[in-house]
Amino acid sequence: MVCMGSLGVLERLMMDVLWDSATSLTANELKQSLLNRDIAAAPTKPLATTTVLTVLSRLETKGFVTRDRSVRPHAYTSLMTRAAHTAGLLHEVLGQVPDREAALVRFIGGVSPEEAETLRQLLGVATSDHA
Amino acid sequence: MLGAIAVLLAWPVPLMLARSHWPARSPGVALVLWQAIALSGGISMIGSLLLYGLVPFGSALRQGIVALGGDLRTGTLPAGTSFTHVLALGAAILLGTHLLLNLLATFVRAERQRRRHHTLITLLSDPLNGQPGMRVIDHPAPVAYCLPGAGHSATVLSNGLLRLLDADQLRAVIAHEQAHLVQQHHLVLLAFKSWHSALPWFPIANRAENAVALLVEMLADDYARRVVDDHTLARAIALVGFGLAGFAPKRTREADALAPAAASASLTNDVVPAEVEHPAHQVMPRVARLVNPTEPLRHTATAGALTMSAVLLAGPALILFGA
Repeated sequence: MVCMGSLGVLERLMMDVLWDSATSLTANELKQSLLNRDIAAAPTKPLATTTVLTVLSRLETKGFVTRDRSVRPHAYTSLMTRAAHTAGLLHEVLGQVPDREAALVRFIGGVSPEEAETLRQLLGVATSDHA
Repeated sequence: MLGAIAVLLAWPVPLMLARSHWPARSPGVALVLWQAIALSGGISMIGSLLLYGLVPFGSALRQGIVALGGDLRTGTLPAGTSFTHVLALGAAILLGTHLLLNLLATFVRAERQRRRHHTLITLLSDPLNGQPGMRVIDHPAPVAYCLPGAGHSATVLSNGLLRLLDADQLRAVIAHEQAHLVQQHHLVLLAFKSWHSALPWFPIANRAENAVALLVEMLADDYARRVVDDHTLARAIALVGFGLAGFAPKRTREADALAPAAASASLTNDVVPAEVEHPAHQVMPRVARLVNPTEPLRHTATAGALTMSAVLLAGPALILFGA
């Protein structure tokens, strides 16, 4: 079961709901769909709406969620898709964004075309194998 | 004397080390030597400027600093203080502060990036078989990296990697990443990165950063070789390297189309981003020493290199403080 005090876990659960939702959600709708989710990681106790709002505003500050203030209650949507976030992150990891990858250590950094060719020969694979 | 050491350590000595072949046999020893050279070179450079600048104030470092402090309070300079002495003093202080501040800034920036990256990893990845330190991220590129952090370090693998490698090869990659975390390789990498960014016009700093990056990978490879045989590790490296190379153009287009932030950052670099900053040529030396294993350095050679490191560190310190 999930530790209720862990904000990271809650952020994760709520982002999953928002990413999977086709429309924007209010805090209450989000709370409901968290309860309806048949996931082992979902909280067993209903979350307080204030907790949901706190986590949502944290996610807004971090740039994951945007809030529609023109409606009451406010409706929340994810700013980018999950795939877009992942692509952006991997873009950084693979060194496409200079200076962003200083914090981590990669298994393999850049590979030059010549090195790739040598590796291909070493592996004994045809180029068409890799599509 | 100290100036001569500084010049030697700034150019011919690191060049010799960067060109020699033995570091591939004992990467750990070479890594110690590189750190000694960098530290000793910096101390010698700053120290020699300081000693020269303090000549009018006294023969020894401590005596000179005390005299300088007294003179600064009274506002008079001793007879024989020339412009070059003042210049050397200023240069020593500037260089020392610059290097230290840059080191601090590099570590602070890295720590901030690490925290942000951890947030993203928590949101975007899932634990591998319930192991908390291992995360799987849904991306087709074969990627493995580790994210160090006090108490919450993570090893991140992509779906593409899990599909590409068999169980043994995967164990090799994981052991390799664990080695980075256990041996705290990010600290030495950051130190050399900071040195390079502080002295961007100094080609040796660039060479040192690249050499150290490769040595750290070899050290992690050696750790992985205790878990799997050389052939498995070599094949894992080759598969991932070749997989990444084939992936590069597709990945860029995909990421540009999907991630506005990342795309705008890469626009300024146009088609070949960051390749200059990250020269490849790190993969083949790693594979070569696995395919044709060489004996590690003999004990006498190891002892020699370590003694040299100790002398490099003790020498300038003795000249500075002992005299």
